[in-house]
Amino acid sequence: MKKFKYLLLRRVTQIGLMFLYFSANAYGWHILEGTFGSSKLFGFIPLADPYTTLQVLSAGFLIGADVLIGALLITLFYMIVGGRAFCSWVCPINMVTDLSNWLRRKLKLDKEEVNYRFLKRRTRYWIMVLGLIVSAIVGIAAFEVFSPITIMQRGIIFGFGAGISVIVAIFLFDLFGVKNGWCGHLCPLGAFYSIIGKKSIIRVKHDHEVCTNCMECKAVCPENQVLKMINRESISVTDGECTNCGRCIDVCREDALSFAIRDFNKNKKS
Amino acid sequence: MKSSNNNRRKFMATTLQSVGLTALGGLLWSGYCDEAKSSPLVLRPPGAIPEEQFIDVCIKCGLCAEACVNRESNKNRDGTQREGTLKIAKGGDHKLIGTPFFVPREVPCYMCDDIPCVPVCPSEALDMESLLNEKRELDINRAKMGLAVVHKESCIAYWGLQCDACYRACPLLDEALTLEYQKNARTGKHAFLLPVVHSDICTGCGLCEKACVTEKPAIFVLPRKYSTGKVGDHYVKGWDIKDQQRVGDRKIDEIETHDERSKQKPSDYLNRGIEY
Repeated sequence: MKKFKYLLLRRVTQIGLMFLYFSANAYGWHILEGTFGSSKLFGFIPLADPYTTLQVLSAGFLIGADVLIGALLITLFYMIVGGRAFCSWVCPINMVTDLSNWLRRKLKLDKEEVNYRFLKRRTRYWIMVLGLIVSAIVGIAAFEVFSPITIMQRGIIFGFGAGISVIVAIFLFDLFGVKNGWCGHLCPLGAFYSIIGKKSIIRVKHDHEVCTNCMECKAVCPENQVLKMINRESISVTDGECTNCGRCIDVCREDALSFAIRDFNKNKKS
Repeated sequence: MKSSNNNRRKFMATTLQSVGLTALGGLLWSGYCDEAKSSPLVLRPPGAIPEEQFIDVCIKCGLCAEACVNRESNKNRDGTQREGTLKIAKGGDHKLIGTPFFVPREVPCYMCDDIPCVPVCPSEALDMESLLNEKRELDINRAKMGLAVVHKESCIAYWGLQCDACYRACPLLDEALTLEYQKNARTGKHAFLLPVVHSDICTGCGLCEKACVTEKPAIFVLPRKYSTGKVGDHYVKGWDIKDQQRVGDRKIDEIETHDERSKQKPSDYLNRGIEY
């Protein structure tokens, strides 16, 4: 059970949030209404996706104050507390890409490392900036036109329609195409949260003293470039690309990894 | 020296590649967005700002549709919930994905007095101000979701049959939709009761379209942009004092229009393009 603690917690959180969103439409509950673009918590606290809000603003139109306040609240939460936790604890696409990833491991599709010349992990930052530029050119929020994240969420709430094809495409791309292709290479929203969550206080901490260098954490990590301190030194993961999913903590048999509050003094020195 | 040259060349190549691929992505992306946003015949919720702004400002949260379907008045007698008017565009609807719209023939807008869909809009893509009356109360009759249009040839009232289904269905009966009585010359003893839509009052709710008895509705709602014309500034209603004021104090012989054609004699341009 310990091996799946954070995985289960995340699934409960993701599915629970989706259920609340679903119930707002289906049963008229006022706990969590709307979609990621903009939500209302308990019927009055506005929440909004800061990247979507930026796209709307860069397209050149003013948007309501509720959205601006909501985007600010979300930004502050992930900036101070959660880091990039949206990706692994909230986003429903995470369940799809995790399934791809798990199947890849089971089917041993990763035996041979393939070098994707055109697809680097930093591509997502280009896409993020490009999304804002395209929004400015065409006058609509450009990523929202095909964002699989909100397509999946709206699918759960209002019905999928042909939108399901986008979800299947992501699944196939991650399974047979590039490992962690969508979340780790392309998704501009993940890139955005990587940047704003860079200095957040909840971090995975590594204890070099008890680590046996089994590398299970690196095998399971969807962003394993952030685990560069494994077998090197006892510090926290400070890279913004870490999604705080806790899979590395789950799989570590020696308890060399754990969630901890960021140690500001130590990180300043290193 | 040689290695620094190589490094520089590599750096240049990588930069060029990144910029090139970004430009390629940008072109494809822009092209796709431009197509995706063009669904002109879509009907939006009450109070929606003009379409070209709406498709951007709407943050696609779906709160309006949730308020619409879950309103108190949307229940059957046995307490079960009915389908809502507002739908959220999904893949395959051929409308900008995530935005709210309605299809009157399926579920028209019932013009709720409290307009539950509008105050919940966080992005102000649904503008509450536009629906307030002089007393600053919500007034659904101010909504301009579209405009009903009658196709005479498929409307059976124009055949001389007695049908006033749309007229009876109109929530602004005798204001937005009136019946015009005309003599039926074919029979010589019957009357035509013809539906006539008044565009200054019609809200575009679509209850008439829903009620229409023909196979494909003979009265239907179109976005106002597509169901209205525009006269232009150069026609003045001489019998309307207010409209006449646009002319100002100018005397009739002071008003002259000069354009490219004024330089020519009428005999030069009137016969242009006509072959004998």
